[in-house]
Amino acid sequence: MIDARGFTCPMPVAMVQKEVKKNAPKELVVLVDDRCAVENVTRFGTSMGYQVSVEQEGVDFRLTLKK
Amino acid sequence: MKKVNWIVVIAGAVVGIAAVVLTLLGNPANMGFCIACFLRDIAGGVGMHSAAKVQYIRPEIIGLVLGAFIMALAKGEFRAKAGSSPATRFVLGAFVMIGALAFLGCPLRMVIRLGGGDLNALVGMAGFVIGIFVGVQFLKRGFSLRRNYTLEKAEGGILPALMVGLLILFVAVPTLFKASEQGPGSMHAPVIAALAIALVAGALAQRSRLCMVGGIRDGIMFQDFKLLYGFVAIFLVVLIGNLALGKFKFGFELQPIAHSSHLWNALGMVLVGWGSVLLGGCPLRQLILAGEGNGDSAITVFGMIAGAAFAHNFGLAGNPDSLNEAGELVVGGISTAGKVAVLLGIVVLVAISLLNMPKKEKAAE
Repeated sequence: MIDARGFTCPMPVAMVQKEVKKNAPKELVVLVDDRCAVENVTRFGTSMGYQVSVEQEGVDFRLTLKK
Repeated sequence: MKKVNWIVVIAGAVVGIAAVVLTLLGNPANMGFCIACFLRDIAGGVGMHSAAKVQYIRPEIIGLVLGAFIMALAKGEFRAKAGSSPATRFVLGAFVMIGALAFLGCPLRMVIRLGGGDLNALVGMAGFVIGIFVGVQFLKRGFSLRRNYTLEKAEGGILPALMVGLLILFVAVPTLFKASEQGPGSMHAPVIAALAIALVAGALAQRSRLCMVGGIRDGIMFQDFKLLYGFVAIFLVVLIGNLALGKFKFGFELQPIAHSSHLWNALGMVLVGWGSVLLGGCPLRQLILAGEGNGDSAITVFGMIAGAAFAHNFGLAGNPDSLNEAGELVVGGISTAGKVAVLLGIVVLVAISLLNMPKKEKAAE
C-alpha cells in the first residue's frame, strides 16, 4: 500500500510509478487526499493496464489498482 | 490515440482569449496575462519596490485567486493544508520570480509571447524544458518537500481574504497605492473587466488543473500529455487572435517588453522550469492552489512577491530591447547583478534538490 496523503501532485503519481516499475504488483492500494492526485493516479494506472476503482473515505480517497 | 481532455482545452482557450481581450482593453502587448509581471506590479503598487514603471494593483491576480477559491468551495474541493517545507517554498518562489523577471515573463507569458511571434520566447522555452527535465530527474529519484497537514479552514482562506481586502482598498481608496504613470504598469484594462475575466479564468484553471509546467513535466515523467493540451490551446488562440488583429510580429529584436539576450532568456527560464517542478506547479498553478486553500502555495506566492521586490530593488530584472537616438538597436538583457542572481538561483536549486532527496538508508529500502 502507498500512503500518499499529504502529498500534492505530482508526488502521488511519482510514488505509484516508482512502485509499479520496481515490483510490478498485480494489485496496489493507494491512499490520497487530493482530487488532482485521484485523477492523475487513475490516468497513470489505466495507461499501465490496471483497472482502477476509487472509494471516498471522509476527506481521503482509496484507489485500488488491479490487473 | 489518447483521449483529449476537453476541460483543459477549454480552460486554455479561455485563458488565450482573455489574454488577447485584456491586451485590447489596455494591458501591455503580449502581456494580457502574466503572473510574474502582475505580481511584480502588485509588489510595486504596495511600495515594496520603487521601479516607477511597474507599479499597479493588478485585478487579474485577485480574480484568479478568488475564481479558484469560489470554484473550489462550490465543488467541495476547498481544503486548508500546509506544512510542506514552507520556508523552502518561499525561497523557491523568490528565485522562480527572479528567473521569470530576467526573461521578462512567467511561463504563461512565454506562451503568449510565442503566440505573438516573439522568437525570444522560443529560446526561453528551450531553457524552460531543460529546467523541467532537470527537476524531473530529482523527482524520479525521490525528491520531496514532504507532506502537508490538514489545518483549520481559516488558514486556507488567508490568501483569498487578503485578496478581497486588497480589492476593497484598491477600489475604495486607490490613492493608498502607487500607480505607474508610464511604462507597463500604466497600461491596464478597466478594473471590472480585468477582474471578471480573471474570475472566469481562475475558476476554469481550478477545474482543469491548468499548469504550464505540468504538461511538459508529466509528458517527460509518465508520457501523460493531458495538461499540454491547455498549453497548446493558449498558444493557438493567442496566435489566431494576433494574426486576426494584425498584432503578430515575427522575430527576435524589439519585441514588446522583451529582450534578445538569448543566454539569459534561456537561463532565466531554466530557473523557472526547475524551480516550478520542485514546487509542484507554475506560478499560475500556485495562485490557483492557494485559492483552493493550500497554505504552502500561499507562502510560495508571498515568496514570488518578495522575489519581485528584490529583482527591482537590486536591478536584477531584464531590460527590453530599444532603439537609441540614432535609431540603432540596443539589445536589452540583464545587469551583472541580474546574471549573478540567476546563477545564484541555479546554485540554490541544486542545493534544495540535493538536500530534499531521500536519506541513504531510506533509499536502500
